[in-house]
This record gives sequence, C-alpha cells and structure tokens, in this order.
Amino acid sequence: MMFEIRTRLPRSGFDCEFDTRLEARGGYAIIGPSGSGKTSLLRFIAGLEKGCNSFLTFDGNLWQDDKRGLFVPPHKRRIGYIFQDILLFEHLSVKDNLHFGKKRAPSNGAIVAGYDEIIELLDLQSLLKRSPDALSGGEKQRVAIARALLTNPVLLLMDEPLASLDPESKNTILPYFERVTQHLDIPILYVSHSLDEVTRLADHVLYIERGHILTQGAMRETVARLDLPLAHLDMAGTVVSAEIADQDNQFNLSILHSSAGTFSVEQLPYPLTTKVRLRINARDVSLCRELPTDTSILNCVAATVIDLADDTQAHVVVSLAAGDEVLLARITRKSAHTLGIKPGVKVYAQVKSVVLMH
Amino acid sequence: MDYLLSHEDMQAFWVTLKLAAITTLLLLVIGTPLAWWLSLRKTWYRAVIEAIIAMPLVLPPTVLGFYLLVAFAPQGIIGKTLNVMGLAPLAFTFTGLVVGSLIYSMPFVIQPLLNAFHGVGRKPLEAAATLGASPLDRFFNVAVPMAKRGFITAITLGFAHTLGEFGVVLMIGGNIPGETQVLSIAIYDHVEALEYQQAHVLAAVLVLFSLILMLLLYSNNRSRAILPDDV
Repeated sequence: MMFEIRTRLPRSGFDCEFDTRLEARGGYAIIGPSGSGKTSLLRFIAGLEKGCNSFLTFDGNLWQDDKRGLFVPPHKRRIGYIFQDILLFEHLSVKDNLHFGKKRAPSNGAIVAGYDEIIELLDLQSLLKRSPDALSGGEKQRVAIARALLTNPVLLLMDEPLASLDPESKNTILPYFERVTQHLDIPILYVSHSLDEVTRLADHVLYIERGHILTQGAMRETVARLDLPLAHLDMAGTVVSAEIADQDNQFNLSILHSSAGTFSVEQLPYPLTTKVRLRINARDVSLCRELPTDTSILNCVAATVIDLADDTQAHVVVSLAAGDEVLLARITRKSAHTLGIKPGVKVYAQVKSVVLMH
Repeated sequence: MDYLLSHEDMQAFWVTLKLAAITTLLLLVIGTPLAWWLSLRKTWYRAVIEAIIAMPLVLPPTVLGFYLLVAFAPQGIIGKTLNVMGLAPLAFTFTGLVVGSLIYSMPFVIQPLLNAFHGVGRKPLEAAATLGASPLDRFFNVAVPMAKRGFITAITLGFAHTLGEFGVVLMIGGNIPGETQVLSIAIYDHVEALEYQQAHVLAAVLVLFSLILMLLLYSNNRSRAILPDDV
C-alpha cells in the first residue's frame, strides 16, 4: 500500500520537511533521535496536525491536498493510533473503552480481525470488567491496542508505545506486539528510538534526523549501514534468520542453522525446523584471523570484512558478510590495526551471546 | 409555620429559589459552549473575554447594579431596545433580576467549567478522534463526562452564589414582595424594622441551605485520599 507524504511542519527550532513515497506493508519503523520529528510525522498522517503545503495519500485514499483545499478529518480516516501516554478513557470501563471504537467503526470494508480474535490475541478476557485506573501500564497499553484494532483501521500508527512503561512491563508486552504484527494483515508505522523494538517488529525502517528523512529501506540492511548512526548506537546489531536443527539434551543446548553458520543457544522448547530470529549485537562480536581453538565461546562463524568505520575515538565498527547475513563487530582501533582489518579480509567472528526473537 | 415564617417571608424564599434555579440553568446553557470554545484555542481575545467574565468577582455588586439600572432605564441601551421591540421594561421585574443574576454569577459557573475542560486537555479528544468520534460526539461522550466534577462545582457555586445575592438585587429589583423580594433583602428589611426574631429565622434558613450545598460540593470534590482508608 503506497503512501505519498509531502508536508512542512513548523516547529520551534527547526521545521520538519517530509517529501517521500513509501510502500507500507507489515511493520515500518520510524526511528531517529528524540525531538527529530518522528511524532510530528505520525500526527500529520493521522490528521492531528495539518502542516503547510501538505499532500497525503494512502492506498488510493486522498487524505489531504492543500492545493485543492481538501482535508479529511482524523475521525474519517480510519487510522488506529496508539499514543505514548496510552490515553484510555478513565470514565469508562475496559469493556466500554473497547466498545467506544467498535461502535464507531464503519461497517463496510474488510475486517482486520473479529472481536473475539482481538480479545484473545491481547489476552484481555480477564480485564474487561475492570476500570482503567486499576490496570498496570502494560495492561493499559494492551487495551489501547485492542481498542484501536476494533475500529477496523486501514493503518495502525504507534507512537513509542513502550516508552512510558518500566523495563519489566516492556518485556511482557513486546510479545503481544509481535503477535499483532505477525497475525494481522495491517500496515503498522511504529515510532521508536529503541533498536531492540525495531529489530523485533519492523521489516522496514525510516530514519529521521532534525526533521528530515535521512534514509529508508529494509530493516536488516539499514541497521547494518556504517554510514548511518544506527550502527554506532550502544545497542547496534543485526538480525540473522535461523532454524532449529538439533537439540543437544546432554548439555541443554539447541543447535541453530543459518546461512551465516551454526549457533548453539540455551535449549529452546520448540520442535525441530522451528524458525527463529537472532539478534547479534556489535559489542558481542570479536574477530580473529585464525579459527580459534580452546575457547569457551561456542559460536564462531567464518566471515568476510565488507567495510569498517570509525566509531568512538578508540573503537571501529566492522561490517561482515557471513553467508547471506550481515554481522557487525565493534572492536578497538588497535585490534583492527594489528589484525589488518580491511575490506575483503577473511576473518572468524566469535559471537559471545545472541538475543533470541520469535 | 405561620409563626416562624410569615407569608411574605415564604414568598421571598420561593422567589430566591426560583431565581437561583433559573439563573443556574441559563448559565449552564450559555456557559458550557462558551467555556468549551474558550478552552479549545488560545487566541489574544480569550484573555479579554475571561477578564470580562471575571469582573463581577472584583466589582462591588452595587457598581454592577448601578450600570444595569442605567441600562434598564427607558433611555438606557437595553430599555430603549426593549421599547422598540414593544417589550416591557426590565427594572423592578423578576426578569430583570434574572438578567442581573446571570452577569453576577457568571464567573462562578464559567470558571469551574473552563478549568474542567482544560483539565480534560486535548489528548483524550485526539484519542477519541482517531477512534472515529466526530467533534460533537467527542464533546458529549468524552469532554462532558470527563468534566463531570467541573459541572457539579459550577452548578453548586452558581446556585449558592445567586442565593446570597444582595447588592445587584437591591439596585435593580427593588423590593416587591412575591415578585422581586429575595431572602437577603427580606432579612435586611427585618433588621431595619428591628424584627430580629424574623431576621434570625431567615438568616438561619440561608445558613443551613448554603451549608448543605457546600457539603454536597465538597463531598463531590473530595479527591482520592493519599493514604488508604485503613491507615
């Protein structure tokens, strides 16, 4: 589904200027530093901000065209919006909050998901009779997602939905977000500044800095690009697809096969051939010129250096091709110099730990 | 009953209640859209309007009453207009009292409503918009229910404040029993005539009535306690 976005949003400090087309399918992450204009873009798409000289179409629907004086108000756009500060109606019960959107949903058009399916997906059955102020932050956000989905939206906008939650709630609610992105056929624009969330939820990434779109592209390629700030974040890393190839019951390990090589991880309670995604952080990867022996690190894959770029004064980030996958490694400049790391050099990448995603 | 409240005093009591009820109702009808409109946008003239509405808070009621009396006079702005339209003049009538009370009690209704709508803020309304609610739908189903406490405060204060009105009524209403004589004026008359017994009874009625209203107001406004009940 095509988006065409053109607008200028005046702000104190700098103006946001967006002029882009993007193919919204699946999860689309909008990422960038705080205050770079990510939320403004989302609010513009929802019709909560009008901007100047704006033009906006989505999937054949013309939502705004200032030249022709055309503006479709937010309540007629059929957009589900998840706010950072959640915004359940405190004067209504959970059930009535859910019905608020459902009652006003247009009856025509394809259904994203039925009522029961949504309640089940977000595990809300036991919360229906409660009042919003008796819910935890994570529970509230689940209700908010269900409430938005029940309006039968054509597009889901999420503005840092996890930002107001404590780390524990974040971990319990992330799986629900993964379920929504995987089970429902609805484009999702997801504002975030957490690379962890982005690698879990998004297929595509739009990077915004100081009110301008710096780049957009497939998530896996974009997070590995050394010319973008993403590869230089503390949490920088890439995603590798793998499947469970064997279970080592003696040592309680699962053996995963990927095009990059074999990884051993703590045993997973899933059957063989289950597909999993691994995130490998740049800071957990070290490089050797020879295949290391007598090491406690189990995971070691052969790779070729694609490129390297300065990171901090003492560190460089190296991007590596391993099979079809790309890995990042953050190593000291001294090591890079000693090992003679330059494009084309063959190395072994030792992976200290992997983060499992589903 | 005859001993406690004379026929005239009873009449004053009913006139007062009627005046307070009608004034409060009209103020809600006028004040709700006005407060809503004022809360929606920040424009330079919002401060001007808010200042004008707040004027009765600081002006002596006699000043307000004096200007109204001048305006109500056959040569005054309102008097002339009414005359042209073939309507009766307002001075010394119950309708005149209502007009005076509307102005006198306006800040007590508008201000709580304005605060309540500000308290609701723009965010729940934006959330409602993305859930498919039109502007009118958002007003009735989000803004009003969330501003409920503000409405109760506005009604109670508007009503109670009109009950205690004196200066404005004295200037424009005169003292016609059964028509424009309200409780506060009746008390004044009794005291002037040294009828302390009757003044006592009426004063006590007003004290009791006001106390009940304020009790209603504060039991509604009692926000959740910081400590749980059993501590």
